[in-house]
Amino acid sequence: MSIPDGLLYTRTHEWIRKDATEWTIGITDHAQTELGDVVYVELPEAGAMLDKDAVFGTVESVKAVSDLYAPIAGKVLEANLSLSDNTAAVNQDPYGSGWMIRIEPHDIESSPTFLSAAEYAEYLKESDH
Amino acid sequence: MKEEPLIFEKSVPGRTGATIPTCDVPEQPIRDLLPGVQLREALPLPELSELDVVRHYTRLSHRNYAIDLGFYPLGSCTMKYNPKAHEAIARLPGLTRLHPMQDVAQVQGALALIYAVEGALAEIAGLEAATIQPAAGAHGELLSMMMIRAHYQSHGMERTVVLIPDSAHGTNPASAARCGFTVRSLPTDSRGLTDMQALKAGLSEQTAALMLTNPNTLGLFESEVLEICRLVHEAGGLVYCDGANMNAIVGKARPGDMGFDVMHFNLHKTFSTPHGGGGPGCGAIAVGKTLAPYLPMPRVTRLSTGSYDWIRVGDHSVGRIHTFYGAFLVAVRAYAYLRTLGFEGLREVAETAVLNANYVRARLASHYHIPYPERCMHEVVLSTSKQRSKNGVKALDISKRLMDYGFHPPTNYFPLIVPEAMMIEPTETESKETLDAFCDAMIAIAEEAETDPELVKNAPHSTVVGRLDETAAVKQLDVRWRNVGDTVPTDS
Amino acid sequence: MSYTPHTDADRAAMLEVIGVPSIDELFCSLPIDARLKQPLSLPSGMDEATLGRHMRELARANTSTDEAISFLGAGVYDHHVPAVVDALASRGEFATAYTPYQPELSQGMLQAIYEFQSLICILTGMDLANASMYDGATAMAEAALMCVDMTGRRRVVVSRTVHPHYRQVLRTYLKAADACYVEIGCGDGRSDLAELHNAIAMETAAVLVQSPNFLGVIEDLHGISGICRDRGVQSVIAVDPHSLALLEPPGAYGFDVVVGEAQSFGCPMGFGGPLLGFFACRQNLIRRFPGRIVGRTHDSEGRRGFTMTLRTREQDIRRERATSNICTNEALLALAATIHLAALGPEGLKGVAHLCLQKAHYAAGLLGAIPGIGIPIQHPFFKEFVIRIDTRFAVPDISRALRDRGIIGGFWLGEAYPEYHDCLLVCVTENRSRADIENFAASLADIMAGGL
Repeated sequence: MSIPDGLLYTRTHEWIRKDATEWTIGITDHAQTELGDVVYVELPEAGAMLDKDAVFGTVESVKAVSDLYAPIAGKVLEANLSLSDNTAAVNQDPYGSGWMIRIEPHDIESSPTFLSAAEYAEYLKESDH
Repeated sequence: MKEEPLIFEKSVPGRTGATIPTCDVPEQPIRDLLPGVQLREALPLPELSELDVVRHYTRLSHRNYAIDLGFYPLGSCTMKYNPKAHEAIARLPGLTRLHPMQDVAQVQGALALIYAVEGALAEIAGLEAATIQPAAGAHGELLSMMMIRAHYQSHGMERTVVLIPDSAHGTNPASAARCGFTVRSLPTDSRGLTDMQALKAGLSEQTAALMLTNPNTLGLFESEVLEICRLVHEAGGLVYCDGANMNAIVGKARPGDMGFDVMHFNLHKTFSTPHGGGGPGCGAIAVGKTLAPYLPMPRVTRLSTGSYDWIRVGDHSVGRIHTFYGAFLVAVRAYAYLRTLGFEGLREVAETAVLNANYVRARLASHYHIPYPERCMHEVVLSTSKQRSKNGVKALDISKRLMDYGFHPPTNYFPLIVPEAMMIEPTETESKETLDAFCDAMIAIAEEAETDPELVKNAPHSTVVGRLDETAAVKQLDVRWRNVGDTVPTDS
Repeated sequence: MSYTPHTDADRAAMLEVIGVPSIDELFCSLPIDARLKQPLSLPSGMDEATLGRHMRELARANTSTDEAISFLGAGVYDHHVPAVVDALASRGEFATAYTPYQPELSQGMLQAIYEFQSLICILTGMDLANASMYDGATAMAEAALMCVDMTGRRRVVVSRTVHPHYRQVLRTYLKAADACYVEIGCGDGRSDLAELHNAIAMETAAVLVQSPNFLGVIEDLHGISGICRDRGVQSVIAVDPHSLALLEPPGAYGFDVVVGEAQSFGCPMGFGGPLLGFFACRQNLIRRFPGRIVGRTHDSEGRRGFTMTLRTREQDIRRERATSNICTNEALLALAATIHLAALGPEGLKGVAHLCLQKAHYAAGLLGAIPGIGIPIQHPFFKEFVIRIDTRFAVPDISRALRDRGIIGGFWLGEAYPEYHDCLLVCVTENRSRADIENFAASLADIMAGGL
């Protein structure tokens, strides 16, 4: 199970890469394993405004649907449109070409606390029981 | 077994399997009869002889598992044997060759039958009245939610929330949502029953109803059902009973006596219509006094003269939910079943169904994890979590391996709250020998999971096809035959 | 009487394994107050032979359409069903199977449903069809709700020529979903297109029509689909699938959704149920449509196989956000329809449609020539048409007089269409012989001439 250092994680299995003014969001290796082969990804349009914890999209496998939750309020800068043709990227490269959206957070100061790689690994171990 | 081509692949131009009468009235050119109407050019249906058709569908039937071939312990589906006599009865020309718009004078037998079935269902439910109009369980749920909504509307009340335990069938939330209700999920407690604290916390002046399956989908009777109904009523809400599991309590207890206001039956599960590979069914509902005014129209009534008639208009009725009167021929089978069994026979159904499930439970308890300690009713839920964490063998793998032993697998991954769930409902019509053979197979597979997990993970090995590529089925979607050269449309 | 197999010895052995002294003990989780207090008031059980006698007696209390000459249609039709249909569809391997959730054990039913979907697509001229719906009415209601959900608009325009039961079911479904039902008229027996044009507002999600419509008339499909396209609303049409053997399919006119009742393919009239709804649509609705669908795929050895697909739309996965709550459908009837169509083939189906068309027009000619009988609607029709009866007579009285002569003269329109209170809807299928039709005409002429 890959959990790269340097990224932040949520309990709903999203990862976040923080850059200066924008955050990139995707789903974790654990999430894609649990889902199985992803066959459909639904993402918001660029420009959409997201509230914190709002559902911003869905990822579907053959027999499961998983909601994507916005970790922070913000404006969608770009959605990964290449996923509509290449859903396999979510399974094969969840932290790279399988990214979902880039957003510009409204208020980085109010940024909630996320899990570090180590904390997320621990969280997965706990919830396995 | 050899692959069977599609009927389209067997087509030979010019061949036919039907004899069409010659026209015995003076014929006119179609153009004169249908002036200005566009006629179709191509009708590329397959062309086969009658024998081609017989062999094709007989061969397809050989590629299908069914109750008539063996044990089919699908939890929540009540795959029992249904008497062949009732199939013969449902083919009597005096029942099949009836048109629904015939005058009541010509259909007194049919009306008497509907009246009797609805009366018997109301009695079995312990409620006021019943209707056979819904075509399936989910349709009965939908109708019930429509009636509950109509009830509040006619009393000028805004109640918008429906509470549904997390163990419920997916149709429950889907039916409630279709009627504009907001669905709130209730957790299940460590006993496998409705969490009473969560229920109390969830009730408010917003509560329209609680939808409860009893026995629930873990195969457990909600032992606090009287208190549950009392609490919901106290909060001003109504209680709906999903009767999918009625086979466990028919003739032993009545939802109406427990406090439920409305319930649905699956006549195709509990009362003798075979499932037909996915229908037809009948989701008859029974209702108490509160909701009776909202029943769909028309209804059958018995006049003081002893003859039967339709009531076509009801002031508060939600309206109609099916063309004509619903699945009459399914009701015919239910009627035949009720008349065959009587009260004593029905009670024996429930007792034997519960005995069989507990026997399977007892035989498998030391080989599989049983997540809830209580003895079960008509079905038992196991978890293969032991096998998964130790050898990576999933519930799905064990199910597929059961096919190699000649059994249909139980329901997998439901209820959703049990990881690696296998839900086993043997039903009352299975013998001890069959149950033993099934349990022996389950135990043998548990051993295989230890000794040769790959054998289980790659099962089935003996079926006409192996595990199918379901991802390809979605991604390279092919849901209809196309002739060579037909254009294929794109999604956008 | 019961169908439980256990001997006393079996029961004792099983109870011992479970570790309880009696079956009653297994019901101990039922609170005393929830248990049955007294026996249910139901008739006592019967043996098979007695039941058979009883059921035949009940059946005899009906007059079946074998015992009368029926000209009833109105949504359920008396077409000939080849014997091969029930012989195959009633096979236990199909009839006693469950929904094909385990594809390895359900290839027979899955392939048959794939064939059904394909046949419906060919007949309607659409891209995809689902595995069936409860009936034509609920198929239409599901189509309306799909359009409402998809467009976010909450208004549906419905032609008054749509089957009255379909419209009632629509109203019931739309009311529960807080959507608005708007009806347009049918002055001359066809949907009023000027009214249709004006009824479409900003908030309109879809237009719903039927052709041949309830009054038998073939609608102006070019006009209707054109208005829908121009106004940017979804177009939904209910069809009689038999008529599609002759008529240009709705897909060719650009309809978005085609629904209907396929009972007349292989299923008995059965006093109106169970029925067989079908639902076909365009490829762009692939993530929106309700109900099950079967797709073709392969196993690891490359063998062709069939499986239910696009499952994430369905209630067991998506729960309150599913595209519909439907679960059980009409699979066995879909199988019967598939076998029926396979047996008939294109020539057989066209032959039946041709007979319906010719016989209905022959009947209309004879009936219309009777003094006191008129044909009030002049548009082209397929197998049903309306006759108007001189107002000296009440239609129900005429119907009764015909019944006394062994004829079921059609469906009285008075309740559903007050403007046609003096009219009967007459249906003629291939099962009515020339002698039947002439008998009907002679009897009606006789009644009209001699009074009742």
